[in-house]
Amino acid sequence: MRLERRETVPLALVATAPLVAIFAALVLAAGLIGAAGVNPLSAYAEMLRGALGSRLSITEMLTRATPLILTGLAAAVAFRARLWNIGGEGQFYVGALVTAWIGHSLGLPGPIGVAVLMVCGMAAGAVLLAGPAYLRLRFGVDEVVTTLLLNFIVILFIGLMIEGPLRDPLAFGWPQSVPVDGDYRLPDLVPRTRLHIGLLFAIAAAGVVWLVLTRTVFGVETRAAGLNARAAAFAGISLPRTIMGVALVSGALAGLAGAVEVMGVTGGVTTTMSPGFGYAGIVVAMLAALHPAGVVAAAIFVATVFVGADAMSRATGVPSFIADVIVALSLLTMLVALLFTTYRLRR
Amino acid sequence: MIEALELLTNTSLWAAVLRIATPLIFGVLGALLCERAGVLNLGIEGIMTMGAMAGWLTVYLGGDLWMGLVIAAASGGLMGLLHAGLTVPLGLSQHVSGLGITLFASALAYYLYRLIVQVGETPPTITPFKPLDIPGLSDIPVLGPILFSQTAPTYLALISVAVLAYVLARTPLGLAIRMTGENPHAVEAQGLNPNALRIGAIVAGSALMGLGGAFLTTAAFNSFFPEMVQGRGWICIALVVFASWRPGKALIGALLFAFFDAYQLRLQTVVEGVPYQLFLMAPYVLSIVALILVARRAEVPEALMAPYRRGER
Repeated sequence: MRLERRETVPLALVATAPLVAIFAALVLAAGLIGAAGVNPLSAYAEMLRGALGSRLSITEMLTRATPLILTGLAAAVAFRARLWNIGGEGQFYVGALVTAWIGHSLGLPGPIGVAVLMVCGMAAGAVLLAGPAYLRLRFGVDEVVTTLLLNFIVILFIGLMIEGPLRDPLAFGWPQSVPVDGDYRLPDLVPRTRLHIGLLFAIAAAGVVWLVLTRTVFGVETRAAGLNARAAAFAGISLPRTIMGVALVSGALAGLAGAVEVMGVTGGVTTTMSPGFGYAGIVVAMLAALHPAGVVAAAIFVATVFVGADAMSRATGVPSFIADVIVALSLLTMLVALLFTTYRLRR
Repeated sequence: MIEALELLTNTSLWAAVLRIATPLIFGVLGALLCERAGVLNLGIEGIMTMGAMAGWLTVYLGGDLWMGLVIAAASGGLMGLLHAGLTVPLGLSQHVSGLGITLFASALAYYLYRLIVQVGETPPTITPFKPLDIPGLSDIPVLGPILFSQTAPTYLALISVAVLAYVLARTPLGLAIRMTGENPHAVEAQGLNPNALRIGAIVAGSALMGLGGAFLTTAAFNSFFPEMVQGRGWICIALVVFASWRPGKALIGALLFAFFDAYQLRLQTVVEGVPYQLFLMAPYVLSIVALILVARRAEVPEALMAPYRRGER
């Protein structure tokens, strides 16, 4: 048995790969749910009900999907150019922090202020990834390690800021930053739920990223740099410029996720406001086969698992960490599924 | 200022250096072994978490402390086998697979822990490894408490450095592993199987990472809790580069790093007016600085991150 490269990559295979991967991940996780003494099928039914069973649960799920779409896009853009941005978590947090900080006392009318704050959040995320990108281009330092380490540095920095200069005096000692001004809280998309118009921003961002990647010179250069850096350089594409451009866009998207989460959901910043949005964004991007439209669908899947697992855990007693197991497993199965879109087994 | 310098003469600081270095030594040796064979193992953070959980759980369920270490190494090796299966015969992206292993191994560790252990207000504890008391040696002033009153796994880590250095540099197996990381085609031409060597190196390296995690729960602390590895795995990945992929230098790197970590912890108590988070950032900042310093002259294994498929170049 050996692997043989396919001459063409059938689109139907690429489209079914995530479905196969998710199915395989659910089957594998079923064993762990069974180990908890719970029937996996009824557990999954609970999960679906918990995430999609009512109007309220659907809006909760979509609220959770919103930052995941943006961090998923951040990872997809970077991975396409083989820039391994694992720092989505840190970029999310700096985006959130800068938004709360500036948004606390920004004297601009509502909509303009929201736009300004989004730009600020994006700039913060972009700057944070520009550092590791520069280190890679200038010194050849692997960006995986630097972006990962920066996540820890950023979380500590957030802690420092919300216990110090940005502490919310009204939070009764609870470590939380000052909140954004009420004028900049994003309006609800569905009344009396937490779902806010940030979801539309995230979907719009997916559309813009798709247009940029497929219809602009920058998009083509990005793909070329990812597929074959040497050939791209030979064709006259400036690799450093492309990588830096990709880093700025990717960091900005993750920073935007933080800005939108602050204005839409939390108001202020805490060190626990993200249940790993940055890391889950990597799974989202891979499940989407790095395609922007797929990112929206994959983010909805991951959000369904997370929101559904909480409800399932309450109903059945299965630890809610099963959500992280399912999401991680689907990343691994997706990797294998993607391989078989470009290779086939031969005797 | 004087107080900050006085800390350096404190034997407890130097004893802490070896203690803090131990999980890093295991981790950096494990990562180094994988990379010497040509495979980056970003599963390290999750594998250490898994080792920490498995080692602790074994003891909690009535096993012996040494049995805990064995189970931790085995669980680490098992996760390594998964990474090896994905990256060696299938040749998948080592970056993405490694991150996937980290996410999977840590999620699985937390899940199994919650499934088996009833967690109340405070996490349950075990009786960890005790510092050795070697008659004569432990009583030597200054050196005794620093070198001869550590817990047993610390000595195991130091022995591992010597063993790995010897195997890599002086044995045919070590040569084959190094060659697999430099030029797998040449290994094949010698009639050896580069992929089998890679799988073996990843499993063994991951077992070492598992031991590093287990040190945290069976010697440094006595309980398991989420996020306890705290980026030590990523720091080990940076240390491998810092050490130019050499076990001896890896030991020096881990000790240097542990020194700064132990020192910043103590500085927090004497330096006033500086937020404690700045001290906690130091290890991570230091790792990045170390990477920048050595990046230019890094002797990266030639075939690192290049999957080997027979007949494909």
